[in-house]
Amino acid sequence: MKHLFRNLVAVVAVLGAVTAAQADDRYITLASTTSTEASGLFEHIIPEFREETGIDVRVVAVGTGQAFEIGRRGDADIVLVHDTTGEKEFVDNGYATERADVMYNDFVIIGPEDDPANISEADSAADAFARIAEAEAPFTSRGDDSGTHRAELRMWESAGVEDPSGRWYRELGSGMGETLNTAAGMNAYVMADRATWVAFDNRQDLTILYEGDEALFNQYGSLLLNPERHPDLKHDLAEQWHEWLLSEDGQEAIASYRLRGQQLFFPNAE
Amino acid sequence: MDNAFQTALRLILEMDPELLGIVTLSLRVSLTAVVVASIIALPVGAAIALWQFPGRGVVVTILNALMGLPPVVAGLMVYMTLSRAGPLGELGLLFTPTAMVIAQVILILPIVAALSRQIVEELWGEYREQLQSLGVSRLRAIPTLLWDARFSLVTVVLAGFGRASAEVGAVLIVGGNIQGFTRVMTTAIALETNKGNLPLALGLGIILLLLVATVNGVAYVVGEAARRRLG
Repeated sequence: MKHLFRNLVAVVAVLGAVTAAQADDRYITLASTTSTEASGLFEHIIPEFREETGIDVRVVAVGTGQAFEIGRRGDADIVLVHDTTGEKEFVDNGYATERADVMYNDFVIIGPEDDPANISEADSAADAFARIAEAEAPFTSRGDDSGTHRAELRMWESAGVEDPSGRWYRELGSGMGETLNTAAGMNAYVMADRATWVAFDNRQDLTILYEGDEALFNQYGSLLLNPERHPDLKHDLAEQWHEWLLSEDGQEAIASYRLRGQQLFFPNAE
Repeated sequence: MDNAFQTALRLILEMDPELLGIVTLSLRVSLTAVVVASIIALPVGAAIALWQFPGRGVVVTILNALMGLPPVVAGLMVYMTLSRAGPLGELGLLFTPTAMVIAQVILILPIVAALSRQIVEELWGEYREQLQSLGVSRLRAIPTLLWDARFSLVTVVLAGFGRASAEVGAVLIVGGNIQGFTRVMTTAIALETNKGNLPLALGLGIILLLLVATVNGVAYVVGEAARRRLG
């Protein structure tokens, strides 16, 4: 067994050396959300950034909760997520030194066309959620501590539904796309970010039933990680990305992205 | 389904460079993993087959049980180890193809070791008296036994390759599914499923199956040729 362990260490060392020799250091790792990746935004803006700065951006797309965790552990150089409350806490706890608004879009409430809970006539997003709970119509929740999941839980709260549960409320613990697939399969209601919805193909009977309330606002923020906590990260390069996102060029690149003729992200850096 | 087959065919005919990159990386990662794992696991399996030592039954049982190691768990273990906050964080290997190879090696190693242990042990039963009468030590017997069992062991190695190329849980966690860098066939399939692009996802799945079938086919043809030549 000792021999085996020694072999393993040797193999890891050789593999590590090979990768290190190949590695081009002009890149950063960005922990971000599935909505930005799946909608194709990064494929549109990263080439522009690379052209201007020569820096490549490697995107690891996960839920917002997991993106925070990756940032905390120092496994990415910078973080771009959508949970303003969580982001501010992240800064307060010393994991990030700076947070900036980058862009926004909105959440939409999606459901089967026949709309059994009649939410298309709701006066507000909170009312729509209250109607779903009232009718006990099937609702699929992300249940994965993502930005969308956190926003959904806040909506239930404002709808006066404490701790939604029961057979109608299905907590999936899945990404946005998987949750939409499930909702399509069981004709359930679901809250999704607009970008993922527009990029989503397997809609079956699902359609947008409620949209436009200010409460459904979805803000994305960029977080600069704390160099004192993780001195080995590429803070210089990460800062260039951060600044570029907020610059005129970056904001224009975001605004110019269209999918199926729709603008999905609206820049709002200060 | 028709749609998926058409998509698969179109993807193959178009030779899309991004898809080619994904296919190449899939093969590179899984083949490297299977080679590394086999170099370690074949001798280890043979050694366990030949030597009697206290606790051998426990080792064999653990090895057999580890054949069912969930990929997500293997991925998490590697993630925690390679994470900057982990013991090997300084190597900066997380979210690289190397990390994916390491995770797959951990997945395949028990499979190759456990199955080769079984095969070599059976062969040892047949050869034992003859080899010992010739004065061949156990250590010397290992290469002979592995060589004589090579046709069965090819199947073992292919089982390992199948496991590596089919799993998504480990490579997704340690690789991060980064476009153009750590995206492989299985993580690409998961991503397209998430986008609700089911025909494309299934089309990619068909291509993956064809790839694995090709690797197996090549192994079969080479094996048959060798067998015939040796009479």
